[in-house]
Amino acid sequence: MGRPMAHDQAAIVGIAESEYVRWGQLTRCTEYQLALETIVAAVADAGLTMDDVDGFASFSSDRNEFAFVATDLGVPEVRWAGTTWIVGGGGACAAVAEAARAIATGAARCVVVYRALAMGQFRRFGRPLTGDVQRLRPQDAALGFALPFGLFNATVGMALLVRRHMHLYGTTTEHLGHVAVTFRRHANRNPAAVMHERPMTLADHAAAPRIVDPFGLFDCCLETDGACALVLVAPERARDCPHRPVYVRAAAQGSGPRYGGGAWAMQYMPDDEYATGNTRRLARRMFASAGISPGDVDVAQLYDHYSGMVLLQLEDMGFCARGEGGPFAASGALAWPDGALPTNTAGGSLSEAYIHGLNHVVEGVKQLRGTAVNQVRDAEICAVASGSGIPTSALLLRR
Amino acid sequence: MSLFPPEMPRPAITDDTRPFWDGCRRHVLLVQRCTRCAAFRHPPSPVCWQCRSFDHEWVASSGRGTLFSYAVVHRAFLPSLAGCVPYTVAVVALDDAPGVRLVSNVIEAAPETLAMGLPLEVVFEDVSADVTVPRFRVRRT
Repeated sequence: MGRPMAHDQAAIVGIAESEYVRWGQLTRCTEYQLALETIVAAVADAGLTMDDVDGFASFSSDRNEFAFVATDLGVPEVRWAGTTWIVGGGGACAAVAEAARAIATGAARCVVVYRALAMGQFRRFGRPLTGDVQRLRPQDAALGFALPFGLFNATVGMALLVRRHMHLYGTTTEHLGHVAVTFRRHANRNPAAVMHERPMTLADHAAAPRIVDPFGLFDCCLETDGACALVLVAPERARDCPHRPVYVRAAAQGSGPRYGGGAWAMQYMPDDEYATGNTRRLARRMFASAGISPGDVDVAQLYDHYSGMVLLQLEDMGFCARGEGGPFAASGALAWPDGALPTNTAGGSLSEAYIHGLNHVVEGVKQLRGTAVNQVRDAEICAVASGSGIPTSALLLRR
Repeated sequence: MSLFPPEMPRPAITDDTRPFWDGCRRHVLLVQRCTRCAAFRHPPSPVCWQCRSFDHEWVASSGRGTLFSYAVVHRAFLPSLAGCVPYTVAVVALDDAPGVRLVSNVIEAAPETLAMGLPLEVVFEDVSADVTVPRFRVRRT
C-alpha cells in the first residue's frame, strides 16, 4: 500500500498568531493586513526571511490570495501554492499536509500556511447562508433542500447530528457542558484567549440561552477576528531553526459516503455514519500509516465548533469507544493537566478564537515545542483534527 | 398558514431538481428512483450513487415517514424570523423510499412532544405563487 503521507519529511519551524478579538473588534487594520502581519511574524519566528519563502497554502477559499500576499511581501519566487478542496474548517490540517507534501516532494523549500478570518469585516459564520439563486451550481440545488427549512447554518446541522447521538447513546446536555467548561478553564489560563477573563461553571452552561436545542450559547464556538500562520521546511533545514522542530508524522483527509458538503446543509449519510464526525475513516488511515495508536497520543486539538461535536470526534479518532464520548468527557479526560487526554489546551474555538481550526495546529506545535501556556509535560505526540461533520482532515504531529 | 416569512430562502431549482419541486406544486411528494437497480435517492441527482445509471423515474411517495433527528431553533438567525421561533428543523426518513431522508420542519407540534421515531406525514405549504415546500406533521391517519 502506498503511504498517504511522507512521514517526518517536513517540519513546522515557525508559528504566529495575531491578536484574537470578538468579531468586529478588529478595527486597527484590514483582514488582509492581519494576514500579512501574521505571515511576517511566523517567518521571523522560524528564523527565516521572505527570501527563503517559496510556497503558500491555505484553505476555505481564503480571501487573502497567495498571489497578492507574495507580491506585497516581496517574495522573490513562488514555486508552489495550493489550497485544498476539503470544505471550510475541515481544511486546516489538509492545508498543513499539502504544504508538507510540497516540501517532501521538493516542489517547494519553505511553505507558509496561513488563514485570516475577520468575521466582523465580512460575514459572521453564525448568520444564515441564505443562498444566491443567481448562480446555480450543484451545491445551490442541494442547498435548495435545506435553506427553505431553516437548515441554513452549521449550528442547526450539527445540532441534528448531536441530537441523534444523544438518542443512540444517552449523551446528555451535561456531557456537552463538560466539554465547554473544560475548554473554558484552559482559556482562562491563556491570556490570548477571547474568553480569558470569563470563567464558566456547569451551572452557567446549563442556564445559558438556547440557540439551537440541544445547543445553548456556550455549546457554540466564538465568532472572532484573527489570523494564524505556520512555516514548514525540510527536516535537515529545520535543525538550523531557532525552535525545536515539530514534524508532520502523518496526515489524512477525506469524507465518508453521502456527506456532500457537510451536515450544515446535507443530512443524507448512511444511518451507521450519521452520528459521527466524519473523521472515523481518515483517523484509522492516519494512525495506521503513522505506526502510532490513539493511546500513544499525549495531547489533542479537536474541532470544537460545537461542544457536542467534540464527543463525536473523540470517538472517531479512537480516543474512546463509540457512544462513550459523553462519559469520557465527564470523567475529566479532556482537562489539563491531569486528564487522560488533555484536549484543546488553549481553549479551542469555544473559548480561545475561531480561526477555522488553524489555531488548533498552532497550539499543537506549541505543545510539542514545550512552550504552551497549559503545557502537557513531555508531550511528544499531538493529534489535531479539523472540522467535523464535513469533509475534513487531521494530523499527527511529533517532536 | 405560513411557517416562515417571505424573506426565508426559496429553493434554488435546476433542471436536475425541478421534477421534485414541480411535484410539490401539485402536492405530490416525488422521489427519484433508479430504473436499473431500483434504489431510491434524494436529493435529486442525475446519476444513481449505487449503480451509476443515469436512467431514473419519479415515484410518488405516500409522504409518510418517521422522525430521524431534529433540532429546535430558538435563535432568530434572520431578523424576520423573530416571530417564528422556536421552530423545528427535522430530518424525516420516508417509509416507502428506503434510505431516503428529507430535511424539513415538523409543524403543529410543541418541541417537547417530539421524539425520535415519531410517525409523521407530509403537508404541503404553498409559500408563493410558484413555490410549494413539503413540511411534516404528526401522523393523523
